[in-house]
Amino acid sequence: MQVPYVVDERPDTGLINSKLAIWIFLASEVMLFGGLFSAYVFLRMAAPEGDFAYWGSKLSIPMATINTLVLITSSVTVVLSWASLKLKDFEKYKLYMGLTLLCASIFLVIKYFEYTGKFHHEIYPSSSTFMGIYFTLTGLHGLHIIGGMIVMGYMWLPMGSKLWDTDPDHFTNRVETAGLYWHFVDLVWIFLFPILYLL
Amino acid sequence: MSGNNQADIQEHIKVYLTIFGALAVLTILTVMASYLDVSSSEAIFLALTIATIKASLVAGYFMHLITEKQTIVWILILTFFFFLVLMLLPLITATDQTGV
Amino acid sequence: MSHDSHHKKENFIQKYIFSVDHKIIGLQYGITSLLFLLFGFSLMLIMRWQLAYPETPVPLIGSLLGETGILLPEIYNSLGAMHGTIMIFLGVVPLAVGAFGNYIVPLQIGAPDMAFPKLNAASYWSFFVGGVIMLASFFTPEGAARSGWTSYPPLSIFESGQTIWLLGMVFLITSSLLGSINFIVTIVQLRAPGLSWFRLPFFVWAQFVTSFLLVLAFPPLEAAAVLQLMDRVAGTSFFLPSGLVYAGSVVDVSGSGSPLLWQHLFWFLAHPEVYVLILPAMGIVGEILANNTRKPLWGYKSMVYAAVFLGFMSFIVWAHHMFLTGMGTTMSAFFQTTTMIISIPSVVILTAFFISLWGGSIRFNTPMLFALSFLPMFGIGGLTGLPLGIGASDIHLHDTYYVIGHFHYVVAPGTIFALFAGIYYWFPKVTGRKMSEALGKLHFWPSLVFMNGIFMPMFIQGLAGVSRRLYDGGQIYAHAQGVLEWNEFMSISAFCLAAAQIPFILNVLMSLFNGQKVDRNPWGATTVEWSAPSPPLPHVNFEEPLEIYRGPYEYSVPGENKDFLPQTVK
Repeated sequence: MQVPYVVDERPDTGLINSKLAIWIFLASEVMLFGGLFSAYVFLRMAAPEGDFAYWGSKLSIPMATINTLVLITSSVTVVLSWASLKLKDFEKYKLYMGLTLLCASIFLVIKYFEYTGKFHHEIYPSSSTFMGIYFTLTGLHGLHIIGGMIVMGYMWLPMGSKLWDTDPDHFTNRVETAGLYWHFVDLVWIFLFPILYLL
Repeated sequence: MSGNNQADIQEHIKVYLTIFGALAVLTILTVMASYLDVSSSEAIFLALTIATIKASLVAGYFMHLITEKQTIVWILILTFFFFLVLMLLPLITATDQTGV
Repeated sequence: MSHDSHHKKENFIQKYIFSVDHKIIGLQYGITSLLFLLFGFSLMLIMRWQLAYPETPVPLIGSLLGETGILLPEIYNSLGAMHGTIMIFLGVVPLAVGAFGNYIVPLQIGAPDMAFPKLNAASYWSFFVGGVIMLASFFTPEGAARSGWTSYPPLSIFESGQTIWLLGMVFLITSSLLGSINFIVTIVQLRAPGLSWFRLPFFVWAQFVTSFLLVLAFPPLEAAAVLQLMDRVAGTSFFLPSGLVYAGSVVDVSGSGSPLLWQHLFWFLAHPEVYVLILPAMGIVGEILANNTRKPLWGYKSMVYAAVFLGFMSFIVWAHHMFLTGMGTTMSAFFQTTTMIISIPSVVILTAFFISLWGGSIRFNTPMLFALSFLPMFGIGGLTGLPLGIGASDIHLHDTYYVIGHFHYVVAPGTIFALFAGIYYWFPKVTGRKMSEALGKLHFWPSLVFMNGIFMPMFIQGLAGVSRRLYDGGQIYAHAQGVLEWNEFMSISAFCLAAAQIPFILNVLMSLFNGQKVDRNPWGATTVEWSAPSPPLPHVNFEEPLEIYRGPYEYSVPGENKDFLPQTVK
């Protein structure tokens, strides 16, 4: 007897195992970033008046705005890649997943320029608690982007996508699961952007 | 979402593209709003409100939460409650400190 | 998922080392955690020698401690911090959740395995790596962490051994998160046909609530660990206030950080963590009480609701560990209130256990002895928590030996006794053999006596004001003089407790080979795991598909000719 409900939904819960699992994982991620957001709030209060606004003004709003639009785009492309699989269009899937990976790469490149720009001006995590929490929050977020790229990259390359030939439904579910994770990464950025760059 | 037919998926695609447009607009709005001359608590409120709307669109439509099963929705509500606890209680405790 | 795994021939590595079978993984967790428990206990024995006979060379291992053989204060602090860390994160939780949870839950719900067998293996190996890192820390030039398991800054930012501790914690937390996701999905999705929620054994409910606690409470500590790592290696000052003086000079950081931030994030996990420590134990006790009274658990539904309510409340009481941080009266009142409220579900569960004994046909076998003793021991532990949860009395008792006595009663003669009960109870299912009753009683009675010998005097010392984490056990303080004599008494009890574990170790090893062979249900139990062969079949557990026909504790049903009705029999 194999583990059931991998592809077929369990009747009473209406869920497949991976769908429930990814949402619980995302719940834990909400608490992880929540811990850091809570730290941000606490540290902002503990800092002298205007300290956070001063250090925050050193960040580049244009670069972050572009990055926000880039991530939102990648969110659309990843859900379109899943929709393509539901429509049995594997080539479209590859296109959209490829675009998602491209957007993710652009995000990381812009982040790279942001970080190196700071270091060039001798601004490091140790420069202030704002910079500390800025680098930690965006750094952890960046690690999540990389993690997502690895998983989606695996599903884009033949290594992972060959499952489409033997078990298309299972593969479609995997893409949906990866997509849910990716949307979450976008969600975190939707809050990071105004909190760090605009407030 | 298995078992959806072709027409349903096409409808969904239209929704995704509409939401994409809304998100782009809201992003521009967020940036513009940050240049408004308001008090810091108003700025925070405005920024978080717009962010919450954007997040709800992503969660509701891209992540299909709008049609998701009860089990998952309730787990998320529980999580969100604890998230608020984590945000608010340390903050309130710190402001209630005696002379520290 | 593994197709036709019962046809594929597995080599030794696949079958035993990197197995994805929940039973092997459960055993891996079990063996590893028991070894860690023994090691963590040994660290405490060394500390207790110093407390009883200050500044005298430690016997047997004194040569490892330096020229004089006397335990140095810094090493004492390391032993203390690592004792707590190892017992909690490498001992009790992996045993209660990783071992018992992994082995028993799929069986009790009639599933072939956990929902994600490969993820399960990953959880174990992440735990293993975390454990190796923690052990390795003793052998680094800096030595093991010595800022308490609570790792409060500013001390933890400057003290030795903390970086490697934080690294180890990252692996342990990852293991925990992966494992708890697996448990929740397994319990929701893989219950056998007919196994509705209120037909689940209390043990499964306990593990279910525990998993939610782990999945939602651990991440903020992971976040905090990252921040503390940054403070230690990247020069940030998340937890360091401005103008801090350390070792005679002002610390060169940007400042504006807050030590209290660490405390909030740490205790946000660490309070739910204590319910992680107790809930699986309560689950085990429930199973054994029902089985050995030949009666259903009284108040099963209330216990389930109590466990769920307990889990929920556990997230909003944490600052009762912080009453002495200058907290204002409003928030102090809030946390005192929630803390008082959370005592209610514990009382509900304990009371239901007591009432479950009434009118039972009690069998006093070894698992039952340990399960029965859990009741008064946890009772003492729980009751002594009350003065700690009330701010006014906590002012006197915080950070004293009273606290150590309180939490050890709950975890040591509490949880650990329940875990022993579980080992004796489920040993026949895992091995097909029973453990020796004689050796079991030889293990039980002295353990019970000496546990009390160690921890009861701690309340006396605590009430006298003896602080915890003191290298000299309170010697230099005038207020401690009257109660110092208890140090030797407690230490001798500890050494005797160590000796009392020898029958247990012998029993496990001998019974593996010479234990009395038994059929698949030697205890006449009702729950589903006893329908499987002993041990259950690799990867599939059961010989044929199961269906569940009744609740988990149908013992002594009127009109039936047997005193138990298994859940799986039509």
